[in-house]
Amino acid sequence: MTARQRRMVLVGVVLLAVGGAVGFALKAFQDNLQYFYSPSDVSAGKAPADRLFRVGGMVTEGSFKRPSGSLEAHFVLTDYASNVTVSYTGVLPDLFREGQGVICRGKLGANGVFVAEEVLAKHDENYMPPDVAETLKKQHANNGSAAPVPGTSSATPGLTNGPTAGPTT
Amino acid sequence: MIVELGHFALILALCLTLAQAFFGLGGAATRRPHWIAVTRRAVAGQFVMTACAFASLAYAFYSNDFSVLYVAQNSNSQLPTFYRFAAVWGAHEGSLLLWLLVLSVWTLAVTAFSRNQPEIMISRVLGVLGVISVGFALFILLTSSPFERLWPAAQDGRDLNPLLQDPALAIHPPILYTGYVGFSVAFAFAVAAMLEGKLESVWARWVRPWATMAWLFLTVGIALGSWWAYYELGWGGWWFWDSVENASFMPWLIGTALIHSLAVTEKRGLFKSWTLLLSISAFSLSMLGTFMVRSGIIESVHAFASDPSRGLFILIFMGICVGTALALYAWRAPNFRSNVGFAVVSRESFLLMNNILLVAATALILLGTLYPVFLDALKLDKISVGAPWFAATFLIPILPMVFLMVPGMHAEWKHASFGRTKNLLLGVAGAAVVLSLLLALGVYQWHSVLTMVGFIAAFAVALSALIEPVTRLRNGHSLSASIVGMSVAHFGLAVFILGVTTVESYHLETDLSLKPGSSAQLGAYELKMNSLRNVAGPNYEAVESEVAITRAGKEVAVLHPQKRTYRVQTNPMTEAGIDAGWGRDLFVAMGDPLGDGSWSMRLQYKPLVRFIWLGALIIALGGGISVTDRRYRQRVTAEAPAKAAAESI
Repeated sequence: MTARQRRMVLVGVVLLAVGGAVGFALKAFQDNLQYFYSPSDVSAGKAPADRLFRVGGMVTEGSFKRPSGSLEAHFVLTDYASNVTVSYTGVLPDLFREGQGVICRGKLGANGVFVAEEVLAKHDENYMPPDVAETLKKQHANNGSAAPVPGTSSATPGLTNGPTAGPTT
Repeated sequence: MIVELGHFALILALCLTLAQAFFGLGGAATRRPHWIAVTRRAVAGQFVMTACAFASLAYAFYSNDFSVLYVAQNSNSQLPTFYRFAAVWGAHEGSLLLWLLVLSVWTLAVTAFSRNQPEIMISRVLGVLGVISVGFALFILLTSSPFERLWPAAQDGRDLNPLLQDPALAIHPPILYTGYVGFSVAFAFAVAAMLEGKLESVWARWVRPWATMAWLFLTVGIALGSWWAYYELGWGGWWFWDSVENASFMPWLIGTALIHSLAVTEKRGLFKSWTLLLSISAFSLSMLGTFMVRSGIIESVHAFASDPSRGLFILIFMGICVGTALALYAWRAPNFRSNVGFAVVSRESFLLMNNILLVAATALILLGTLYPVFLDALKLDKISVGAPWFAATFLIPILPMVFLMVPGMHAEWKHASFGRTKNLLLGVAGAAVVLSLLLALGVYQWHSVLTMVGFIAAFAVALSALIEPVTRLRNGHSLSASIVGMSVAHFGLAVFILGVTTVESYHLETDLSLKPGSSAQLGAYELKMNSLRNVAGPNYEAVESEVAITRAGKEVAVLHPQKRTYRVQTNPMTEAGIDAGWGRDLFVAMGDPLGDGSWSMRLQYKPLVRFIWLGALIIALGGGISVTDRRYRQRVTAEAPAKAAAESI
């Protein structure tokens, strides 16, 4: 073999390997994409029945229930248009509390309850899942509803909500 | 007053970086020695000014000056002094100032350690670094100044994010940034070579220590971040394929490819344009990482400070830098062709494969990280790419790469055949299989084929890394620091792989409810909660539980996990109780109270998890050893063109 032929063989092998890897990666990509839905989408039946997906919203005040001594929690996620009931068994993240924005990953159960495998709360007390913020903006533009307006709190990051030491203006 | 002086110092630093960029590039283009001399002075000046700006901000934190907005947002009078200093880079503005300071330290280091190198070349390098400094200084002054006053002044500050009040995370950003920013030196050298239009293999010898140092710091920085996430976020995982983690991992992968490609360029004068492209890519990915973390386009629990307008600035600046460099590359790349051949199983081939596979791995991570962003930007779908995807696809290029390391380490330059090393390789493979079976069946139990593959890879790489220097010595060669460093780093990778394989295959995890007096079983361990009590720290209150761990009736450890509530930010924080050991970690984290006196608890058993960070540190140590190689300090006289360039001024 000449140097040129050998190089061609090398290039061929590399191309085959890269092609195979890309093919496999794209296949795995399809299987592992997790779509994000809002509670409105879930209520409207847009979410898939037998696939993992993520749903994000605010935890409704007063909706959190957990039997004493048990790890199984139930709460309601809302985007101020629709609600989804979520059940989760396990340790909740530190920043999980009512009125807080969270994202849950899991599957929709037969009874319409979303069974979460994982609950994520952002490490920022002003955090609102982007979808909820959008829904709220739309609603606010339409009818000036009572829901909190996104963006107003994040425009002045931090300084408005230090409970003991917020600098006064 | 001090803060205004700091602001003024930063403006002066900007002026000096402008001078550095202008006289550096201009002096090299017009070959005016006095301009080049001015460049070096400007570097020293901009370092002093940036350091003054940084020191003034640090002083504002130290003296609790809450009339400074940034201090009021990120500190508190009760914050311990050490964290008050770490709070300087606790948010966006200060961390950018740190970034600029690190860049000026690197630039100063270039002037200090380049006395033996051609003046024109170094002048260009300093000029390019000056352009980058100008960009970041402007960025700070225009969009994110930490020196803004708050009127009236706050009574007290909002405190540092409790997540950041941790020794590992206090030193994580400076080290990570040193790595990120360090790639701008390799980038500057690449641009300088392209402007010159010439690239001798001695160029690679100049760049190698810089690239290796940057890569070394990035390695340690990423490992620290991973370690911090493990114990501080309370999750017990060591890598989440989070977009911010990916943002630091991509430059690392490309940096790894770069230091290997530089080896070929230095030894054999090959891969020249490829090395240039990798230098540009490593820098671009560092910038992309900054953009992703700072712009808020990516949802991440690690993204602490984000603002879209800042992201746009970085994106535009990145477009200018990278676009110019790539255009220059397109124009000059044909100059860097080399016509030397090499055999299929030579060391060059293995290093080429290593590079291709590392770049493929980076491309996959980039795809997984950016694809959701593009879909979202185009308003198509909101999706996320799960960690399982990254974990699975990352192995496709990386497993072959790891196995290719074994013959690659023993291959010779230029021409080689398997004939000479066949017996050695068969021996290594056999020993690796036997050791893996012993470990998988003797110590643990059979888990899966992938576990075996991981063990075999770890042992094969470790054995190769140990045998290689020995055969070299036996053949009468001396061992240079480069060779020792390479073997150490490869051995570190083996340690890392062993840790990852074991912890991913054999870890145990359970969430359950415990109350004082009750106990739970985790593998061979029994965990009993003895008590719950309230404790107070300097700026937080906490509930602390005492968990006693026994194994077959013998006490193993008593852990004290806490659930803290910081007084100012009021966020609850989990402080896990960890019994660390060489063989395994036992990890106990408190969830939340369940009402009847019991708490939700997360209990984990993590075999060999320490090997992950230990391996990363050994890898970095290998880089450190190879940088001390004597040939990097030698004056270059043999290369006629370099000499001519040096003498032409």
